[in-house]
Amino acid sequence: MQTDFPLFPDQASSFAFQVDALYFGILALCVFFALLVVILVVIFAIKYQRKSDDEVPRQIAGHLGLEIFWTAIPAVLALGVFVWATVLYFHLITPPPNAMEMYVVGKQWMWKLQHPEGKKEINELHVPLGESVRLTMTSEDVLHSFYIPAFRVKKDVVPGRYTNLWFKATQVGSYHLFCAEFCGTEHSRMIGTVHVLEPQNYEAWLTGGTANEPMEVAGERLFEQYACHTCHKADGAGRGPSLVGLFGKTVALEGGGTALVDEAYIRESLLNPSAKVMAGYKPIMPTFKGQISEEGIIQIIAYIKSLKAPELTRME
Amino acid sequence: MAITEQDVQASEDAPSVNYLNNGYGLKSWLLTRDHKRIAVLYIISISIFFALGGLFASLVRFELMTPEGDLMSSDTYNKVFSMHGIIMVFFFLVPSIPATLGNFLVPIMVGAKDLAFPRINLLSWYVYVVAGILGTIAVVGGGVDTGWTFYTPYSSTYSNSNVILAAMAAFMAGFSSILTGLNFVVTIHTMRAPGMTWFRLPLFVWSHYATSIIMLLGTPVIAITLVLLMLERGFGFGFFDPNLGGDPVLFQHLFWFYSHPAVYIMILPSMGVMSEMVAAVARKRVFGYEFVAFSSVAIAILGFLVWGHHMFVSSQSTYAGMVFSVITFLVAVPSAIKVFNWTATLYKGSIVYDTQMFYVYGYLGLFLVGGLTGLFLSSMGLDIHLHDTYFVVAHFHYIMVGGQVMGYLGGMHFWWPKITGKMYPDIWGRVSALLVFLGFNLTFFPQFILGYMGMPRRYHVYPDEFQVLNVASSLGASILALGYVIPGAYLTWSIFKGPKAPDNPWGAKGLEWETTSPPPTFNFEETPLVTEEAYQYGPIEEH
Repeated sequence: MQTDFPLFPDQASSFAFQVDALYFGILALCVFFALLVVILVVIFAIKYQRKSDDEVPRQIAGHLGLEIFWTAIPAVLALGVFVWATVLYFHLITPPPNAMEMYVVGKQWMWKLQHPEGKKEINELHVPLGESVRLTMTSEDVLHSFYIPAFRVKKDVVPGRYTNLWFKATQVGSYHLFCAEFCGTEHSRMIGTVHVLEPQNYEAWLTGGTANEPMEVAGERLFEQYACHTCHKADGAGRGPSLVGLFGKTVALEGGGTALVDEAYIRESLLNPSAKVMAGYKPIMPTFKGQISEEGIIQIIAYIKSLKAPELTRME
Repeated sequence: MAITEQDVQASEDAPSVNYLNNGYGLKSWLLTRDHKRIAVLYIISISIFFALGGLFASLVRFELMTPEGDLMSSDTYNKVFSMHGIIMVFFFLVPSIPATLGNFLVPIMVGAKDLAFPRINLLSWYVYVVAGILGTIAVVGGGVDTGWTFYTPYSSTYSNSNVILAAMAAFMAGFSSILTGLNFVVTIHTMRAPGMTWFRLPLFVWSHYATSIIMLLGTPVIAITLVLLMLERGFGFGFFDPNLGGDPVLFQHLFWFYSHPAVYIMILPSMGVMSEMVAAVARKRVFGYEFVAFSSVAIAILGFLVWGHHMFVSSQSTYAGMVFSVITFLVAVPSAIKVFNWTATLYKGSIVYDTQMFYVYGYLGLFLVGGLTGLFLSSMGLDIHLHDTYFVVAHFHYIMVGGQVMGYLGGMHFWWPKITGKMYPDIWGRVSALLVFLGFNLTFFPQFILGYMGMPRRYHVYPDEFQVLNVASSLGASILALGYVIPGAYLTWSIFKGPKAPDNPWGAKGLEWETTSPPPTFNFEETPLVTEEAYQYGPIEEH
């Protein structure tokens, strides 16, 4: 057994301090109210101890003013904490626009991670110090939950959809990565390590080892392998829409409505192509369900994201 | 009122036929329609499940004394904590106070001869027993490893354990609680004695009314959810598994739509017990009676609108999360109202230092911690870090064990003379209450710290730095276990060897103390006429 044991987690991300401030704020409130009640009931027990067996105290029915007082005070304080916590929450779930993208696939019982440059990791994640990192995550099987206590971040990893999480590491070191949602036999061994490196060390790590195929290149290869390019021609002359510059746009749908072209939309279009067909096109695309792995889908998404249309953006 | 010679005399002269001795055969118990006998049947059966659930808890605490998984395999561990949760929630906590003390006391407290539907009451016990047998078969036949939450798609597709059997057991147990709730609602509405107006009802009855509403409205939803789960697992219907076209988060919405209100099924009855005991311990009318009564109803109603606070990191809509968060904060208000009113009841009271008082004080201390730590978890920005860690485990044990189990044990001691007609040794009652309080805190307080450090729940093996606090927790659990075993021993002893109980040993107010100990089969010699408020220990001073 360790004799030296910590009682508080590391503060290794940009919002660890803010989360801890809220924690201690609520703790102070709780200690105040708990002590108030405990001190009162102890004083009452001592002061009003029953003197004789037939003692009957003065009867008090209640006091409207007091009731209003101790209804209003907790209500106001509770709403104050709600505002504080919710403002913090929006900060915690809103990544800055320039965040680095990384991808996570959870499966029983391991974490598979990939960097845009192509580097793949299992149960380990290397990130640069001081850079905002945004993770896009999905699961191959059951629910998992991606949890880095030192960063105070957690998000469920859900099969069939993408979830996101972001952080900015502020302290070099190695930290626990846990699966926080029960996922079966080896749930407690679905753990890993997050390594925060100085930016130059991160670059060295990224380029070291075996050469890696960048995700968008791998995605392009899949795009051709599955013959996507035969319909989705870059010039828009194919039977499907051109995907150039499409990512992040809101498009009109066949049958009315609009959809934002994001990761979830592309994933759905691959697995269930007739669900949301772009206006002006026919629902002729076949499903790729069961043919492409979750990682393959993510690589195709990375490729579609890379299809920027520079001349178009300049015109806008 | 004090215990006088006449009282003792009166109880000795009481009609010798009471609900316990008017028939002795097994048949007179198994076919009884007497709510008091059914309450006793429930006490025996839930005690068995409490012991079984406690055994699984001890295995969990044994395993967690070391970071490695050295006592059992991961599969076994997962089954052990799942069975602990399923048994404790569905077979102990939900029926704990309503089916025992509630069954025994609600008709007496309103001045009725029995519940409105005595046969349905007996049926509810049989349904419970069948559910219990199914649950036991699920355990003996290999166990279930989904946790008590049965989250999909793990439960519906991936688990290799007895999910359908365990879900069936929980499904059946739900019907038993629907029947109990139905009986209470009808009884409280239609069978109050002459003069027993709504605002003369003891607060115990108010809290059971609120509980019954949740049982009636919430339980059908968990029943439907479990049926959908069984259909998906058994026949491949695609409700929840995305591979079948379902949505795993839908299950969480349905599950918590019942299971969050169910948390209030597991705390409201103990609040009713507290109100009765606080009044008796201080010999005083409960301060702000109407506010305490309506806070129970407020908790029941608000409790239906907060289920999404279990899902802040599940990928539910952010704005839905905000609504769930703000309503959750509002639940703190009726809970605070209760605590402040109990505190004010003690003010200028006549406080006796007996077993009940120890339980009242223990309950106040533990419920304060349990309730206040809810504020951390309803804060969205903080819940991201705390969700699914030991902080949550500690929080809900403070509510369910520190609250409901303390209330159940305290209430058992308070009404034991009425139920059995026998007295227990008060000194042992105080010793056990103290052991439970100390053992409980030593078990669960370290888990708050573990949770904030980031230890996830349902972990069989864990990093070394969490060991010291886990060992402390396991040590506390052994003290807690002792605190539960001792009452089992002296209460059983008292049935055979305890001195005879007077009708009103504590000098408390309420119709149950006006009838004999134990009461006759139809509770009262003649239907009582109620002419005063609840807890009328003396003339009320107006402010």
